[in-house]
Amino acid sequence: MSELSLKQMKKEWHGNLHSYLIGFIISLILTTSAFALVITKALPDQTLIGIIVFLALVQAILQLFFFLHVGQEADPKWETLIFCLMIVILLIIAIGSLWIMYDLNERMMDKNMTEMMMEHD
Amino acid sequence: MTDPFLVHHTADPTADTSLPDPHQDTFSKTVLGFWCYLMTDCLLFATLFITYAVLHNNTFGGPSSKELFDLSTAFLETMILLASSVTCGFALIAAVKGNNRNILFWLAITFLLGLSFIILEIDEFRHFVSEGHSWTTSAFLSAFFTLVGTHGLHVTFGLLWMGVMFAQVYWQGVTIDTFRRLVLFSLFWHFLDLIWIFIFTFVYLLGVI
Repeated sequence: MSELSLKQMKKEWHGNLHSYLIGFIISLILTTSAFALVITKALPDQTLIGIIVFLALVQAILQLFFFLHVGQEADPKWETLIFCLMIVILLIIAIGSLWIMYDLNERMMDKNMTEMMMEHD
Repeated sequence: MTDPFLVHHTADPTADTSLPDPHQDTFSKTVLGFWCYLMTDCLLFATLFITYAVLHNNTFGGPSSKELFDLSTAFLETMILLASSVTCGFALIAAVKGNNRNILFWLAITFLLGLSFIILEIDEFRHFVSEGHSWTTSAFLSAFFTLVGTHGLHVTFGLLWMGVMFAQVYWQGVTIDTFRRLVLFSLFWHFLDLIWIFIFTFVYLLGVI
């Protein structure tokens, strides 16, 4: 097992001024436009929600690339692999929980609602 | 070599052993370990986000997110944290160049930005509580304080870490150890900025629509 010298360690770190400035400027634009869209309420609610969530995801991916340097390490890319595994677990937790909780919510209507529906029948 | 079990456990005969494995040194292993921690932390925040998403309509007669949130404060906090993320990157670039004074300068700027973020957040929390909307008011507010408070706690520990790094760089300069710690700290700080983007979008922006 060989240890890295300080010089080699510095080469292992992938940041540079260029990528930080690009990441910063794009993040600035995306955040400000999301904020402006919500403040002015220029669009119908459903479209607005879709656009804002999209802007957040784009910004997250850009920051992962420009600030956290995901996918830029030397082969074999263990960090990227762990990141992808985390995303899979995250999606299972997120989609699974939301699905179960909203489904329960629909089944557990309060008494008045149930009575109203029975009168309807 | 015809036994399939044997083949499985035999090292690849074509592997290039003239070069060391790039992930066998302390630096790579520490970064990988810290990355594992960040990924589990991300899952922690994911569960808190889901809890908030499930509970955010359960206001129990208290204020809803629409009545409570002040978007301009949240926007200011977002900008401050984004700026601190970039100045933290500048500190790392200075470390690569071996310019100690620049590292200390950018770390100090990052610290001040992080501190103003925390002060704004505590002020917002105090404002909510003084109006009688604390975490005991409703399930929505419990979930809100837990999610945003956990992020704030992370930022607070980041500030502590930054103070320690400031002292280490001041007295030791850029060494193998301090450089590794600076890299880990930058990962942590950028990660917190990333989490805040989601808090700003899913809690604050979607909360007032």
